[in-house]
Amino acid sequence: MCETCGCGESNSFSIRKPGEAIKNNPEHTHTHSHSHLHDGSEHAHSHSHAHTHDYNHEHHHHHEESDHAHHHHDYQHKHSHITEIKVETDILHKNNLIAERNRGFFEAKNIFALNLVSSPGSGKTSLIERSIKDLSKDVNFYIIEGDQQTMNDANRIEAAGAPVVQINTGNGCHLDADMINKAVKKLEVENNSLLIIENVGNLICPSLFDLGESKRVVIISVTEGEDKPIKYPTMFQSSDICIINKTDLLPYVDFDINKAKEYAHQVNHHLEFFELSVKTGEGIDKWYEWLKSQIS
Amino acid sequence: MHELSIAMNIVDIADEETKKANAKKVYEIELEIGTMSGIVLEALEFALQEAVRDSVLGNAKIKITKIQAKAKCLNCLHVFEIEDLYSPCPNCNEFKTEIISGKELRVKSLKVE
Repeated sequence: MCETCGCGESNSFSIRKPGEAIKNNPEHTHTHSHSHLHDGSEHAHSHSHAHTHDYNHEHHHHHEESDHAHHHHDYQHKHSHITEIKVETDILHKNNLIAERNRGFFEAKNIFALNLVSSPGSGKTSLIERSIKDLSKDVNFYIIEGDQQTMNDANRIEAAGAPVVQINTGNGCHLDADMINKAVKKLEVENNSLLIIENVGNLICPSLFDLGESKRVVIISVTEGEDKPIKYPTMFQSSDICIINKTDLLPYVDFDINKAKEYAHQVNHHLEFFELSVKTGEGIDKWYEWLKSQIS
Repeated sequence: MHELSIAMNIVDIADEETKKANAKKVYEIELEIGTMSGIVLEALEFALQEAVRDSVLGNAKIKITKIQAKAKCLNCLHVFEIEDLYSPCPNCNEFKTEIISGKELRVKSLKVE
């Protein structure tokens, strides 16, 4: 989205490797022009009239009026034709097309791609960090980090030892397929690897944007409400995997883990669960087993 | 917030279709938005006001048709209207249901000249 006036989609995102200076993407420069009409003349009315003439010539014509007065000048025939175009196009078709291209690219290169979504603070980055540290012998990790601002997450991932690019969305609230398409090129992902895309921390907007991932993974932590799955159902409905993180804190919070799973299953009965604590490592082996089974 | 992205996509589609048809003006655009599409209609209408400025849709009438979401129960096959994504089948109380309509986000038609 355009940072200057909020008038565009993903016009001003940046994709950087750690340590790289920000530079403007020439493909995404645009100009801003705004017209401000305050005289009410934006209100246009169109009227179409069909006139049948003696010589059987039928045509439609059009008057544009902004003063609400109706003048029928039958002697001034303006020949214009209103055509109805049946569009029937999905509003997100562009994103979906690019997502499918990404998906095809991943399949051809045997890249298993995960789209990690959650509220801010559920532990997405920590889970990626720990997974890299524990599995780097067996798995080729590539990471795309998505945040509105800062290189902080990319720096953490780099320190953990995996190639990473950071997408800063500026004011944008989600990653889209085009950003991933460009980020993957920059990241130069090798064959037979695991690509983890950490989406912008937001349980609403990213749910509508397919990135071309193999699986979508939603994370909740036990410090959040157990009713999150029904409060933000669209995300849980569109996910394949649900990780419940920070289980080491269960004794200290009023989080009913069974209730949370029950709610999540009400929204999406296909969801597969992993209960774990990134901090203590409790339950994390099952997650690793699953990861390895997906990429082998 | 994603409604602005959606609005910009609508403008892009209208622009493309208008060019394809060699038309100059759009008089009306019809959208079909499902009640479970993940869009807040009021937010979309608000975003569209900004997004259509200086575009082919600048003076177009925007007609939004809401599509009521419906689900089908996977147990008893009952089809029912839904207002949320977590309620059980009213017939047999089963939660395993499948949405059969209401996810639409579609530009249906344009009236151009």
